[in-house]
Amino acid sequence: MTQNPILGTPPRTLAEKVWDDHLVVKGENGEPDLIYIDLHLVHEVTSPQAFDGLRQAGRPVRRPDLTIATEDHNTPTIGIDQPIADLTSRTQIETLRRNAEEFGIRLHSLGDLEQGIVHVVGPQLGLTMPGITVVCGDSHTSTHGAFGAMAFGIGTSEVEHVLATQTLPLKPFKTMAINVEGTLRPGVTAKDIILAVIAKIGTGGGQGYVLEYRGSAIRSLSMEGRMTICNMSIEAGARAGMVAPDETTFAYLKGRPHAPQGADWDAAVEYWKTLATDEGAVFDAEVDIDADALEPFVTWGTNPGQGVSLSASVPDPASIADPNARAAAERALEYMDLEPGTPMKDIRVDAVFMGSCTNSRIEDLRAFASVIKGRKKADGVRVMVVPGSARVRIEAEAEGLDKVFEDFGAEWRFAGCSMCLGMNPDQLAPGERCASTSNRNFEGRQGKGGRTHLVSPVVAAATAIRGTLSSPWDLEHTDAPATAADDEKVSA
Amino acid sequence: MEKLSVITGVAAPLKRSNVDTDQIIPAVFLKRVTKTGFDDALFHAWRQDPEFVLNQESFRGAQILVAGPDFGTGSSREHAVWALRDYGFKVVLSPRFGDIFRGNSGKQGLLTGVVAEPDIEKLWAAIDAAPGLELTVDLGTREVHAGDLTVAFEIDDYTRWRLMEGLDDIGLTLRNEAKITEFEGRREAWRPTTLPVKA
Repeated sequence: MTQNPILGTPPRTLAEKVWDDHLVVKGENGEPDLIYIDLHLVHEVTSPQAFDGLRQAGRPVRRPDLTIATEDHNTPTIGIDQPIADLTSRTQIETLRRNAEEFGIRLHSLGDLEQGIVHVVGPQLGLTMPGITVVCGDSHTSTHGAFGAMAFGIGTSEVEHVLATQTLPLKPFKTMAINVEGTLRPGVTAKDIILAVIAKIGTGGGQGYVLEYRGSAIRSLSMEGRMTICNMSIEAGARAGMVAPDETTFAYLKGRPHAPQGADWDAAVEYWKTLATDEGAVFDAEVDIDADALEPFVTWGTNPGQGVSLSASVPDPASIADPNARAAAERALEYMDLEPGTPMKDIRVDAVFMGSCTNSRIEDLRAFASVIKGRKKADGVRVMVVPGSARVRIEAEAEGLDKVFEDFGAEWRFAGCSMCLGMNPDQLAPGERCASTSNRNFEGRQGKGGRTHLVSPVVAAATAIRGTLSSPWDLEHTDAPATAADDEKVSA
Repeated sequence: MEKLSVITGVAAPLKRSNVDTDQIIPAVFLKRVTKTGFDDALFHAWRQDPEFVLNQESFRGAQILVAGPDFGTGSSREHAVWALRDYGFKVVLSPRFGDIFRGNSGKQGLLTGVVAEPDIEKLWAAIDAAPGLELTVDLGTREVHAGDLTVAFEIDDYTRWRLMEGLDDIGLTLRNEAKITEFEGRREAWRPTTLPVKA
C-alpha cells in the first residue's frame, strides 16, 4: 500500500499521503473513513473510563503491542518514592496500573527509567516515526507530527474505540500550509514562531485543518524545535500539525530503541523520503510568516492567540473591531489584572515554570541553563524546572545542568506534566503571575486564579533573572544566547 | 446511547467566546475514574459567582446551552462532555466548536449544533426578552425554534444519523473487522511495536 505508484495520481500533500496509506475502509455516502492507528499512547487521566467500557462489553485490547502507557498528568514531581498523598490521584494511578496489567499493556510507572510526559517518551524511545498514525487521549498529541506522522488528540470514547479496534472513523481533514521563511535571530525560537502563528490565525483558525509547517525556518529547526511547534497546533484549533521528514528527522531517529534496524531501516527511509508534499500539490489554505521579522513573543491574555511581541504593550480592547474579540479581550485583561498600554516588559511575575510537553526536552533545558548560568534568580520569584522525562532528568544531571538550576535558586523536579495543567500539587496560588514555557494561558489553568504568560525557554530564563517579562536581549553582558534548538543556525 | 430527535427545554445564554474545556471542567476534577457524577464540576470557577447564568433562577434545569464562538477549545478531556450531560444539557449551540470537543459530544449523545453568529445573537435576544424561554431543537429538520423565531443549525449527516439512531461507534466499526485484519496483514515490518526491545 505504501508502494502505491504516484504515476497517474494527482500531486498530494504530506497529510494526504499518510491518510491514504492508513485507509482501511473508504467512507461512502457521508460516512467517515476508517483509519488504522499505528501507535496508541495512554496515560492515567483519560483512560480509566475507556478500560471500563471494554470490561463492560467484554472486549479485549486488539493490539497491546501497538499501545504504551505512562504516568504523567497526575503524578507528583517531588517525593516520588513516597505513596501519592492525594487519595483520588493515587486511585487514578493505581487504576492505570491495574488496567495495564489486566489488558497486557506496557506501562512506565513513576520511578521507572522510561517514565515521563507521554509526548516526550514516544519520540525518545523511537516509537514516533514518519508516516505513522499516532493517537492519545491528550490534545497535545499533535507534537508527534514533527516527525511527519499524523498525530492527534482524542477523547475517552475514541480511546476505547482504538483499544477495541485499532482504528478510528474519521472525516478527512482540510490542509493548511504554514510557510515560515527566513532566519530566526538569536534569542528567537520555535516557541516564538508558533505563538506568532496562533496570534495570526487565532484559536479557531486551524479548525478542521491539518497544518503543515514548511519553509526554510522550519527546515533549519532541530527535532525539538519542530516538536514545540507541532505541539501547539491544537492551540490554533488544528487537531494535527506536521513537518515533512528529512535528514534531521532520520538522524534523530537512528539508533533509538524502537527505530527500525538493518534492512527495515533502509526500507523505512526509502518510504519516508516519498512523504514530502508533492510539487504542485494544493493546500486548502496558506499562511505566511516572516521569520526574519520575528521577535520574542509573549501572551497577555487568557487564550494562546492573545499574544504580542515582547517589545510591545498590552493592547487596548477599544482598538479591536470585532465585538466578540473585544469582549474577550476586556474579560482577559480583567482576569490578568493588566491595564491597556502597559509595556509587556514592565510586567512583574511571581513564578517561572520551565517544563511541559511543549518545552521540557533536553535542548529546552540546555537553552534555559545557558541564559541563567552563573546568575541568581530575582528575589521573590519562584522558579520551577520540570524535565519532560526521567531520561531527560538523567541526561541533564550528567551535563551538570541540575547544579546550574540549583545555583540559580530554581527547584529541580522529577518528570511530569506538573504546573502546565495544575492537576498535581504544582499550582499557582490565586492572583499569582507566571511566565510559563507551557502551552495554555487559560483562566485557572495553572491553579485557580493563577495568571499565565506563555513564553519560550530563553524568555522564561531572562524573566527569572530580571523578575519582569524579559528576553535575553534585555540582559547585560550576554552573548545573545539562543535556544539549543536553534544553535545550529546561530553558529552557522 | 439514547436516541435523539426533538429536544425542548430551557435555554441558557452563555455570552462568551473561547470557552475552553478547562473552563467547562478544571483539571482537578479529572482525577476521578468514573464516567458520571461530574455535574458539580461544570463551569466550576464561574459558578462561584452568584450572577453566573446557571445560578440564575430563570435558567434552572436548562437543557440547551446557547454559547458564543469557539466553544470547547483546548484540552481533549471528554469530562467536559460528561459534565455538561450530567448537569442536564442535551444540546449546545455555538457558531464554532473545538474539533475534539465536538467529536466527543457526538459519541456521548450531546447534540452540538453550529448556528451562524447573527442567529446566535437573535437567540440571545429572544432569551433576554423572556428569560426561561424554552427552545425546541429539531434534529430531523436541523432547526431551532424559539417562539416565532426559527434558525437553522448544521450537523454532519453521519453524526446526525448516529444520534437519531442512538448507535454505538465501536459496534459499527467492528462490522469491518475482516477489513481491519486484512489491513494488518499488509503492514510493513518497519512500523513500530511497543513490545520491549531485546537488549
